Amino acid sequence: MPKPNDYAILFDASHCTGCRACQVACKQWNDLPGEATVNTGSYENPPSLSSMTWLRIKYTEGVDRGEVFWDFTRDSCMHCSSAACVEACPTGAVNYREGGVVTVDQDWCIGCRNCVQACPYDAIHFDEEKGVVDKCTLCYDRVSNGLEPACVKACPTGALHSGRYADMKALAEQRLAALKGAGYDQANIYGLAEMGGTHVLYVLLKHPSAYGLPVGPVTEKRKVASGWLSAGIAAAVLGFAGARWIAERREEVGGER
Amino acid sequence: MLTRRDFFKVGGAASGVFFLRGRAQPSGQKRLHKPVGEHPVICPYCATGCGMIAAAQGGRLVNLEGDPDHPINRGQLCSKGEAARGFVESPYRMTKTLYRAPGSDTWEEKPIDWMIQQIARRIKETRDKYWIQQDEDGYVVNRTEAVAFLGGSSNGNEECYMFIKFARALGLNYIEHQARICHSSTVPALGESFGRGAMTNHPIDFKNADVILIEGGNPAEQHPLTFKWIMEAKDRGAKVIVVDPRFNRSAARADVFAQIRVGTDIAFMGGLIHHILENKLYDEYYVKNYTNATLLVNPDFKTATDLDGLFSGYNPTPDNPNEKGVYDRSTWTYQIGEDGYAKRDPTMTDPNSVFQLLKKQYSRYTLPMVSKITGIPEAKLKQIYDLFGSTGQVDRVGTITYAMGATQHSYGTQHIRAYAIVQLLLGNIGRAGGGVNALRGHSNVQGSTDHALLYHILPGYMPVPDRKFPTLKSYLEAKTPKRLLPNAPNWWENLPKYFISQLKAWWPKIDPEISYLYLAKLGPHVGGKPDASSDYSHHALLHAALSGVLKGLIAVGQNPAMSAANVNMARKALDSLDWLVVLDPFETETAAHWKRPGVDPKSIKTEVFFIPTPVWVEKTGSITNTGLWAQWYEKAAEAPEGTVDEMYFFTKLVEELKKLYAEGGAFPDPIVNLSWPEWSEEQSVHWAKEINGFDLTTGEQVASFTKLRDDGTTASGNWLYAGSWTEKGNMMARRDSKTDHPAGIGIYPNWAWCWPVNRRIRYNRASVWFDTGQPRDEKRWVIRWNDTAGKWEGDVPDGGWKPGTVLPFIMKSDGLGHLFALSLKDGPFPEHYEPWESAVLNPFGQQNDPVCKVWNFKDLDVYGDPKDYPIIATTYRLTEHWHTGMMSRNVPWLLELQPDPFVEIGTDLAGELGIKNGEWVLVESARGAVEAVAIVTPRIQPLKIEDENGARVVNQVGIPWHWGYMGGGARPESAGNALTPSVHDPNCFIPETKAMLVRLKKLAKPPKKIDLNARI
Repeated sequence: MPKPNDYAILFDASHCTGCRACQVACKQWNDLPGEATVNTGSYENPPSLSSMTWLRIKYTEGVDRGEVFWDFTRDSCMHCSSAACVEACPTGAVNYREGGVVTVDQDWCIGCRNCVQACPYDAIHFDEEKGVVDKCTLCYDRVSNGLEPACVKACPTGALHSGRYADMKALAEQRLAALKGAGYDQANIYGLAEMGGTHVLYVLLKHPSAYGLPVGPVTEKRKVASGWLSAGIAAAVLGFAGARWIAERREEVGGER
Repeated sequence: MLTRRDFFKVGGAASGVFFLRGRAQPSGQKRLHKPVGEHPVICPYCATGCGMIAAAQGGRLVNLEGDPDHPINRGQLCSKGEAARGFVESPYRMTKTLYRAPGSDTWEEKPIDWMIQQIARRIKETRDKYWIQQDEDGYVVNRTEAVAFLGGSSNGNEECYMFIKFARALGLNYIEHQARICHSSTVPALGESFGRGAMTNHPIDFKNADVILIEGGNPAEQHPLTFKWIMEAKDRGAKVIVVDPRFNRSAARADVFAQIRVGTDIAFMGGLIHHILENKLYDEYYVKNYTNATLLVNPDFKTATDLDGLFSGYNPTPDNPNEKGVYDRSTWTYQIGEDGYAKRDPTMTDPNSVFQLLKKQYSRYTLPMVSKITGIPEAKLKQIYDLFGSTGQVDRVGTITYAMGATQHSYGTQHIRAYAIVQLLLGNIGRAGGGVNALRGHSNVQGSTDHALLYHILPGYMPVPDRKFPTLKSYLEAKTPKRLLPNAPNWWENLPKYFISQLKAWWPKIDPEISYLYLAKLGPHVGGKPDASSDYSHHALLHAALSGVLKGLIAVGQNPAMSAANVNMARKALDSLDWLVVLDPFETETAAHWKRPGVDPKSIKTEVFFIPTPVWVEKTGSITNTGLWAQWYEKAAEAPEGTVDEMYFFTKLVEELKKLYAEGGAFPDPIVNLSWPEWSEEQSVHWAKEINGFDLTTGEQVASFTKLRDDGTTASGNWLYAGSWTEKGNMMARRDSKTDHPAGIGIYPNWAWCWPVNRRIRYNRASVWFDTGQPRDEKRWVIRWNDTAGKWEGDVPDGGWKPGTVLPFIMKSDGLGHLFALSLKDGPFPEHYEPWESAVLNPFGQQNDPVCKVWNFKDLDVYGDPKDYPIIATTYRLTEHWHTGMMSRNVPWLLELQPDPFVEIGTDLAGELGIKNGEWVLVESARGAVEAVAIVTPRIQPLKIEDENGARVVNQVGIPWHWGYMGGGARPESAGNALTPSVHDPNCFIPETKAMLVRLKKLAKPPKKIDLNARI
């Protein structure tokens, strides 16, 4: 479970207008490039997260009891307490940092992509150019310096908040109570139990499945390629030679694209 | 421009220098991977006026994010604001000064000095050859109709002021800019209703409202940081109503949504007026004391109820093929008593009282009738009317906010008038949380309007002299209004002080009687081209080019090849010019019109001069937001080598022209005698001080416009900005975000500076009881009279007079808010008319606005019939893009979000037409076509309406207008304005770009992407 003083983000779907300031703020701060996209009949773009897109907004629409709706959801790393990517990583490159943040130490990434396979949120991706994986860092450099994550800071309508986990959980409960009081019977909080408790909590107006969120995701202790694991550990022990092996391995993987 | 090639090589993923993947890896690293920044600037996109902080390294921006101290956005931004660094660093930025010879198919690089010399010569040759000293009727007019100036709303106030000074000194009549085609209907509507043609309140003020009616706008999409304050109000329990042709991003967070048929907003608002009057929901004290409800109207006046949709005085015999008729407005007047003042009936029971006439006018706007016209079910109408009507109670307040959905109609002015009438009836003007809140769309379109880059006004909303007034005296006598009630302050009595001070700012050494003669006089076009009227507005300008009268055009940051209604006409107009000067950071569709798809460059004889300019963050100056806050910012980054600052360009151009005219030419005096500073990096400071004004005897900056005189001893470029740069310094640069009004209403009086005289909520004298000066709504008080201290507290009051002395609407000659309008061309009350192109018959009789302007140039201005074009269409903008797309399609972060032109089609209609989501379709109107991706969505439902042809279902589609043939995401047929008609509001000539008829056809395959961008 996340600790009370851990870093956390709250996404409140009842306040999101789908403006995507968060999506651009992430790219602006992290110097990520714009992707070449096409319109396939929706406002949603890029179509999925990638090593160049760490956060995006998903759009769902329809008619419910005669009333049209248009819902917007955050799609990004959840910074799980029991993170499938961390469990799947053979070298420890993907790991928990201070405050419960999950990041990739690219110096140790061998590009095996086990984490990519493991993540139930499709939030970690392989960078073809660099031969390593990449994802949302919860703006670890910003939050370590007392700043809000870029996405949270950008949000104009109060849909994103950040702070101590305990405070975000309390705010989520407060928002939930207000929504229930306003007649949103289906309103719920997502992320309290999922994946051992996530450091990104969602206040939702409807069942998580209505937003395309995985229901009851689990962390599997996947069978990582045992050869890689032992080789990796051996290489790590070997120090300099190990680092060199990882670099070579990365080039090799990069060349496979 | 090698970076651009790289850019395309990687398939559209950006590769401007900072877009490369060579970033520092912040993962697991506690040190900031780059500086956050602390240099404050203001956002360059919409007019909300959000603050940003910039970080530069080696002169280049490395970070740009929201300014946490800024009271409007508190560190937050929308997607465009967050992407603004991508605009500065865009791979499409131009850095070469380019010349295109007549008939050439390519640009040539030329030195800037050569360009300026050539442009000065073109201006002089054209001006001198086509100089009109006297018109055909013998009036002295001293003007040229052969040269035009266009643009300015993305430039700072100081630049706009410099532009108008330049253009007026040349004697141009064709001076126009973006405001004409976006909010020009707001100005006469709000000016007529309240006295000032601008937003009544400001963005933060939405937080104070109990009910927020969003109609004809989409703030969550267009002005997302105003929506921040709407959400804040909602969190406090306020209700949000959205009325729109489609369920949009604002609707997604609304409490009540109603889907309305395009162009029927006056019917909807008329129904609200009817409901308020029928159910006595109005604020009786306010209506009786602060509006003209009690005034008596000429007994010969007839409402549209009496005359089947027409008002008294209609003359259907046009003397102009573009105009269907004209009103004789002699009955649209008050009854004047023997004392010379308007007559009043305090009981409002006289059948000629404005109140009774209002009741009569809207007696037809019943729930069933409004439902049939608008397509909104009666129950939903009643729900909305009751909710908004509840703000007529003194302790409740409601606001109405809108943008282009309301303004861009052939009766747009009357749309806005309808909002004003509702808000006056409910007592919601002058109050925190109230008002009629026009949200403006360019960062400085408020400032460019204030500085009057428009043919009909001078800076500070003073009328351009008409040929009927040959002398300064005759002009001032005619234009200075007489008061209509004894206790009306009639502030425009001060016109002579402001007008003469402006003449002294422009020609300080010249006697104002003489410099008055320097101003070009308005009057009908000589030779009857493009028509017989005195209309020199944006569309007339383009038609003047088409008909061969207009030879040369200078366009600064404006892109009419994309933004004009009926762009196929506009592009032909550009082809007809002898010469064109474009100043822009990008190679716009306008600059490159000669190489657009489907034309042979050899056939286009226009000589084009392209000057690449810096962008806002590379310059110093002020911009005025939608709430009238003038905010100063200092240069934060170095402009790329090769760009040419607008102030440098115009200063050198004026120097060159002065040199040429010193040797002779047509009417050289206004140019030779024009005051103009030498070029320096700090020139914007000079202009800012001149705009504020100074005492010519002491040289001191004036503290406010009350210090201006009519004896020629003061100079002020724009009286409304007097107070912005005083002896105390630059008031626009103030940054106190802590000090608020005691009631916490969010006015932050010491942040920046606001016109007029730093008043944050206009008409605030209407928020208090007349006799005591005490607030009517204690909780949200704006001003109150402190009897002990003998002065007003809170916001700056609309004039310092004691309570119980003067009426609150101080700019009006009767001191009252106008339910009955005296100055509009199409009626004293708003009446529902159908858009010019409509699939529905008007049950009220008169089908269209009877005096709207409909251009008919050959085969270019053509109109469609519902038989051929059965689908109703409207246009709109997206959060992720900005206007003609140059500042967003050219930003890879934004193009990623919305890469392709699209059309939103309801699920039912798409099913009928066999169109699937994501397929490409052809959208055609009588004038042009757009190739777009179909977004098939339940967010546009079929509407049930009823007219003489019976009850039926009509379908609507929506098309954003951001795509074109240049820059990022370019495609040959993608401009939404290819569809829009050349039909205009008679009061202000805003085009009806929000309503038209179209048809849809599936395309076999997607259209090709194109790349016509310069390779120099």
